[in-house]
Amino acid sequence: MALTASEVARLGELARIRLTEAEVAQLAPQLDVILQAVASVSEVVGEDIPPTSHALDLTNVFRADVVTPSLPPEAVLAAAPAVEDGRFRVPRILGEQQ
Amino acid sequence: MSVDLMDFDEVLARFDPVLGLEVHVELNTASKMFCGCANQFGSVPNTNTCPVCLGLPGSLPVVNAKAIESAIRIGLALGCQISPRCRFARKNYFYPDMTKDFQTSQYDEPIAFDGLVELEVDGEVFAIEIERAHMEEDAGKLVHAGGTTGRIGDAEYSLVDYNRAGTPLVEIVTRPIYGTGAKAPAVAKAYVSFLRDLMLALGVSDVRMEQGSLRCDANVSLMPKGATELGLRTETKNVNSLRSIESALHYEIQRQGAVLAAGGKVHQETRHWHEEGYTTPGRSKATAEDYRYFPEPDLVPVAPSQDWVDELRDTLPEPPHQRRARLQGEWGFTDLELQDVVNAGALEVIEATVAAGAAPASARKWWLSELARRANEAAIELSDLAITPAQVAAVQQLVAAGTINDKLARQVIEAVLAGEGEPDQIVASRGLAVVSDDGALSAAVERAIAANPDVAAKIRDGKVQAAGALIGAVMKEMRGQADAGRVRELILAQLG
Repeated sequence: MALTASEVARLGELARIRLTEAEVAQLAPQLDVILQAVASVSEVVGEDIPPTSHALDLTNVFRADVVTPSLPPEAVLAAAPAVEDGRFRVPRILGEQQ
Repeated sequence: MSVDLMDFDEVLARFDPVLGLEVHVELNTASKMFCGCANQFGSVPNTNTCPVCLGLPGSLPVVNAKAIESAIRIGLALGCQISPRCRFARKNYFYPDMTKDFQTSQYDEPIAFDGLVELEVDGEVFAIEIERAHMEEDAGKLVHAGGTTGRIGDAEYSLVDYNRAGTPLVEIVTRPIYGTGAKAPAVAKAYVSFLRDLMLALGVSDVRMEQGSLRCDANVSLMPKGATELGLRTETKNVNSLRSIESALHYEIQRQGAVLAAGGKVHQETRHWHEEGYTTPGRSKATAEDYRYFPEPDLVPVAPSQDWVDELRDTLPEPPHQRRARLQGEWGFTDLELQDVVNAGALEVIEATVAAGAAPASARKWWLSELARRANEAAIELSDLAITPAQVAAVQQLVAAGTINDKLARQVIEAVLAGEGEPDQIVASRGLAVVSDDGALSAAVERAIAANPDVAAKIRDGKVQAAGALIGAVMKEMRGQADAGRVRELILAQLG
């Protein structure tokens, strides 16, 4: 199943990547080749092989519920483009009407 | 608001409401879900953050074992099966309250699934099927600034506090709930109330709806009578109290009824509840595909052993509704009395007071009147008062033995709260015991009669109710340290 131009445009939108029509037209077949390559893996695995999501064969890696020191707020906010009242100041959130 | 609403009963005559409830429970672990920052409400903004919960590049999450334990216990308490192996997943979307641009959640492999809750509402039993209970993390908190309403719509910008980011959450999702009819809002309220009690009994969450540690998203759709296909639903958020759940659903049922009756279509959307009594459209709902879920590569699977699950099953408390029914039977309280006790959060302290030897009715009286008033004044929980259930039982035993009366008992309680020691010590040190010496009482009664000849004459003429004035005079002379019943007997004996 080939990846369509509209699917690529939609993915670009979801990922907040602005794509021109020319870019979409160029990327769709390229991404399709990548998807086909990955899909070919399913041709060699049988029903008995579960999909791998981790390279490590580990489970239950936990930490104890213990509080450790946090960063000083000055350090936390130092990287923020804008700060107000000890909080990160962000632009207006659009597209909502609450 | 110029929104058409249909009369509630009329909607019910034409449609069947179908509910779906999503409840988020913030766990009360000491630290966050994936890092060691304090999980604490009300801290100075951005003081409980670190590279992990800020989503800084290169940071790696590690799962909090206690959060998994709480999630399993919640699942078991809801009658769910516990997954022998499950993974976390990334739910991808952009929003300023989320540092990583994805929420670490669970998707197709929830830790708990297929549960069942049975609820009784107005004598009718409803079976609520639990589809799943999964683990995830909370987002940061936004404050909308620069507008006139404090709402997002007219804000000029927003401010973000990431203290809450990474707080462990368990989301409990029901299957569609059919057949509740006109009771739909009441069933939803009863269900959330049930979950609140259950979480408290499990000790896994503070479940303070006003602080957001228990949140309910209420889905409802209307199905024309006789139809078999579900209608389009709305999901109402921002319902921050049990009462709001009921009101918000009542409103949505009326609103959707009007839309459908006018030949319109309900938009599948998220709506925002306003305490003034209406909902407005919010974010249009993204589809599951849009979130591009995929297994979280930074976290290995969670695979609770059967032994661990069995061990946790053994820690489950008696289900709250069963416990209440048992205690009500043991104590002989009416439904209303028990409801008052539960609403006052006094079940535990009364249970302990009864266990320490007090009669249930007396224990209830002290905790719901005098002590409730003091806790209320100090804005603290009953259990945080500086008096123990054993001390309340001791006070009550002093009253039952006739050593003190109710009025003196209040003084004893006040002294216990002030840290003056145990009730019997206080009675001795303050000299609070009632005067049971009939000689002293009789002398006081005689003086009262001599001082109030008019009243005495009325009582002699048979107007027994006039005795109150004389009892008052005697009690005043005895500085309250007399048994009023005994005083009355002596007055009537002398004047009878």
